[in-house]
Amino acid sequence: MSEENQNPDLTDDEKRLFADLMPEDLKEIMDSGFNRRHFLKLMSIGGASVLAANLLGAEQVLARPLATEQAAATAAIENGVKLSFNINGASRSLTVDSRMTLLDTVRERLQLTGSKKGCDHGQCGACTVIIDGQRVLSCLTLAATCEGKKVTTIEGLANNNQLHPMQEAFIKHDGFQCGYCTPGQICSAVALLGEAKKGDASYVTSNIKQTGSAQQLSEDEIRERMSGNICRCGAYPNIVAAIMEVHSGKPVDQHFNFAG
Amino acid sequence: MRPFKYTRATTLPSAIKELSGNAQSRILAGGTNLLDLMKEDVERPEALIDITHLPHSAVKSLSQGAAKSGVLLDALGKNSETANHLLIRSQYPMLSQAILAGASAQIRNMATNGGNLLQRTRCPYFYDVAMPCNKRTPGSGCGALEGFNRMHAVFGWSDKCIAVHPSDMAVALAALDAKVLAQNEAGQQRRLTFDEFFRLPGDAPEKDNNLQHGDLITGIELPASNFADHSYYAKVRDRSSYAFALVSVAAGLQLNGKQISDVRVAMGGVAHKPWRALTAEKMLKGKEATEANFKAAAKAEMAAAKPHEYNKFKIELGERAIALALTNALNYGS
Repeated sequence: MSEENQNPDLTDDEKRLFADLMPEDLKEIMDSGFNRRHFLKLMSIGGASVLAANLLGAEQVLARPLATEQAAATAAIENGVKLSFNINGASRSLTVDSRMTLLDTVRERLQLTGSKKGCDHGQCGACTVIIDGQRVLSCLTLAATCEGKKVTTIEGLANNNQLHPMQEAFIKHDGFQCGYCTPGQICSAVALLGEAKKGDASYVTSNIKQTGSAQQLSEDEIRERMSGNICRCGAYPNIVAAIMEVHSGKPVDQHFNFAG
Repeated sequence: MRPFKYTRATTLPSAIKELSGNAQSRILAGGTNLLDLMKEDVERPEALIDITHLPHSAVKSLSQGAAKSGVLLDALGKNSETANHLLIRSQYPMLSQAILAGASAQIRNMATNGGNLLQRTRCPYFYDVAMPCNKRTPGSGCGALEGFNRMHAVFGWSDKCIAVHPSDMAVALAALDAKVLAQNEAGQQRRLTFDEFFRLPGDAPEKDNNLQHGDLITGIELPASNFADHSYYAKVRDRSSYAFALVSVAAGLQLNGKQISDVRVAMGGVAHKPWRALTAEKMLKGKEATEANFKAAAKAEMAAAKPHEYNKFKIELGERAIALALTNALNYGS
């Protein structure tokens, strides 16, 4: 950061004013270099309302990921847990609050904002990521439990500029409208292909006792296996078509039915 | 979420020791229910002991030589690996079906066998900290008793609690006479039948089961099954997938010609614990496996049900679900 950091700290009165306005954030503001000079500038321009408006900006700055691990170490993290794991092929080490979910970690600390926070309660599937080959919900996974794990998010599926076949199929079949659930849908669908290849069963599998062979999935099977991913726009027919195309390796026609 | 101390356990005894040392500590396995409850401020642990890094095997055969003597499910086995294990699919297909009827693929990949038994009720009054709930806050009352009780119990409830156990897996395990293995700090192993493990709410609905703090489930034992040829798990719910049961039924038949030599029926979504339909079982044993006999047994079982204002439909639904599960068990795979 620039010369502003070399300025003296806020006076006690100034701190009190800050504490009244934003009690929770005083310490972070002090640590972050939001300093006296900046503070005085704000106060002289137009009083507290301008200060409040600018604090919003400051808060946004503070919400950004910590730039370096040194910065992470100096920030006070309650119940910090040291963590090393592999994310999309890269090894990362960081210290996280024990409460931090994997979802918040990839979004807020690793700048991977592809995984989405829908419900944050494991009901919608928007946060689906793949850990060690298994699709899981990152909103119900504590980052601390991911030590040594291999995590793949939507950002890790493409090979440089070459999209994953599932991503291409979602585009071809228009498998989304607003797109918010899409990263979770695609991660879930990619893992589904692996499960079918292993011969895993689902609740609608006609004879669960028949084991051992790769599953050729029906539309009903795909719908059942994707039921953990909710699409509020209702793009389900196109999502099923996209998955069926990649699963079967054959082009799938789009078909539409008007509600009866 | 409230702050808590996180510990990654390296051995089973150290996890149990850590757990026993603090009454406000909890074991973290799949976390699919516990973390949700912590976000809702229903669970407020001071410490979490993560056991997910401990080594485990999903399913172990207990057979020696040719003698079939059941299997052991590791407590840390994931629901998905258990449901898809070849031993379970071939010898306990009802259990595979029940597991696969629950939650979503993502949640089944996270949730463990031990944790499945320990999941809390999804009663909305339990989840909402602004509402009274004797299970969450003993003595505060039951919001569901006179409230919206469409999802609630029709068997075995008390005026303190009418919540139901949410698990599908546990319903099949109840039908299969599973036993729960638990270990405590002193290293003592206990083997509990489902009757000994689960409990009805009575005057202490805050207790879901009869484990003590410091007990850790290490496994679930299944005896050899004679129901693999004729079994079925039927689940009736508001959506066709990814919803908790209104009523579910695990049914298994052992046939001698057309005659039923042994039968198991267990129900979900109707009580504080997986409900063994003993009346129906008793009526069916020795009878011919016909739809008429299934219906009569189902009617007799549901005759003892005591519904609430909004779940009277569960009586007829229960009758139909029992008959459906038994009919499908009879014809399964043929």
